[in-house]
Amino acid sequence: MDLQEFVQHFAEQFDETDASIFTPQTKFHDLEEWSSLIGLSVIGMVDEEYDVALKGNDVKGSVTIEDLYNIVKSRI
Amino acid sequence: MLSNPFSLESKTVLITGASSGIGRATAIECAKIGAHCVITGRNQERLQQTFEQLEGQGHVQIIADLASQEGIQTLAEQVPQLDGLVNNAGINLMKPIGFIKGDDLEKIYTTNTFAPILLTKFLLKKKKLNAGASIVFISSSAAMGSGIGNAVYGTSKAAIMSFSKYCARELAPKIRSNSIHPGMVETELIQGREFSDADMEADRQKYLLKRYGKPEEIAYSVIFLLSDASAWITGHALVIDGGRRV
Ligand SMILES: NC(=O)c1ccc[n+]([C@@H]2O[C@H](COP(=O)([O-])OP(=O)(O)OC[C@H]3O[C@@H](n4cnc5c(N)ncnc54)[C@H](OP(=O)(O)O)[C@@H]3O)[C@@H](O)[C@H]2O)c1
Repeated sequence: MDLQEFVQHFAEQFDETDASIFTPQTKFHDLEEWSSLIGLSVIGMVDEEYDVALKGNDVKGSVTIEDLYNIVKSRI
Repeated sequence: MLSNPFSLESKTVLITGASSGIGRATAIECAKIGAHCVITGRNQERLQQTFEQLEGQGHVQIIADLASQEGIQTLAEQVPQLDGLVNNAGINLMKPIGFIKGDDLEKIYTTNTFAPILLTKFLLKKKKLNAGASIVFISSSAAMGSGIGNAVYGTSKAAIMSFSKYCARELAPKIRSNSIHPGMVETELIQGREFSDADMEADRQKYLLKRYGKPEEIAYSVIFLLSDASAWITGHALVIDGGRRV
């Protein structure tokens, strides 16, 4: 599993936010476009790409994209 | 003594999904108010737990998997003559439209849509529903398009809302049919899911009554629709949501 690729998949869930601003350290809850629908899309993306079932609490508890990446990685 | 129109005394009622949540509460409350309950579910241990909580005599439990047509057919053969049918068993899925898979549709529709339609059909074919019987479908407020990520679940429940009206039309005047559309109810169905505890708490505050429902708060309306107190109500879709949609 690759961190850069994960960040890219994560960024793809957004429509308005420029893809270039996403890094492993991005605090995604602070992004203006962040919403519960994008949260659900991130869960859907992780299911589709990595076959891991995330919970709402996993997303809520993660601060940066890398935090979430680490959760997914630990469950593969 | 005058008879109580809200009583289910001497009525036999089949309740699906009685091993948990709304179905379990419905069975317990129906038994309290005098019904003979026929309860069904897949999980033997949890169905037994419900069974042990049923007051009175003459209750029956039957294990059946409603995701298979054989399961539905066998259940329809095994049940006694009925005065009430509560099509309650159901499963949930939370996914934005962009992530829906064909398998998701098949799985959710099989249990939430096909099973209640086929169970109703087999019971009718075997003439198991007595004259004066009442059918209640547990649909959802999601049938009306509420909530995000609910497209598959909501459409599976919208089909049931519509099916209930067709039952009302085709089975009148002998048999009544109504659907109930709960908002969020505190059961296993909504636990540990895609929304965080904090999101759920914020969501509860959007309800006028500032909380999600309790399973028995749905059961009481099921009882009303099964009882003679609702003898002139058919084809109705009853939303019970603590004022969420006002
Ligand atoms: N909770 C809510 O917020 C809410 C809101 C609106 C509508 N509803 C609807 O209310 C109904 C009951 O939900 P609940 O909240 O009480 O859920 P729950 O606690 O998860 O119970 C679901 C029940 O359905 C049964 N079931 C599921 N698949 C089945 C299958 N293939 N064959 C036989 N039984 C099956 C389960 O039995 P086993 O575990 O034994 O298989 C269980 O008894 C569902 O139709 C749901 O969609 C719930």
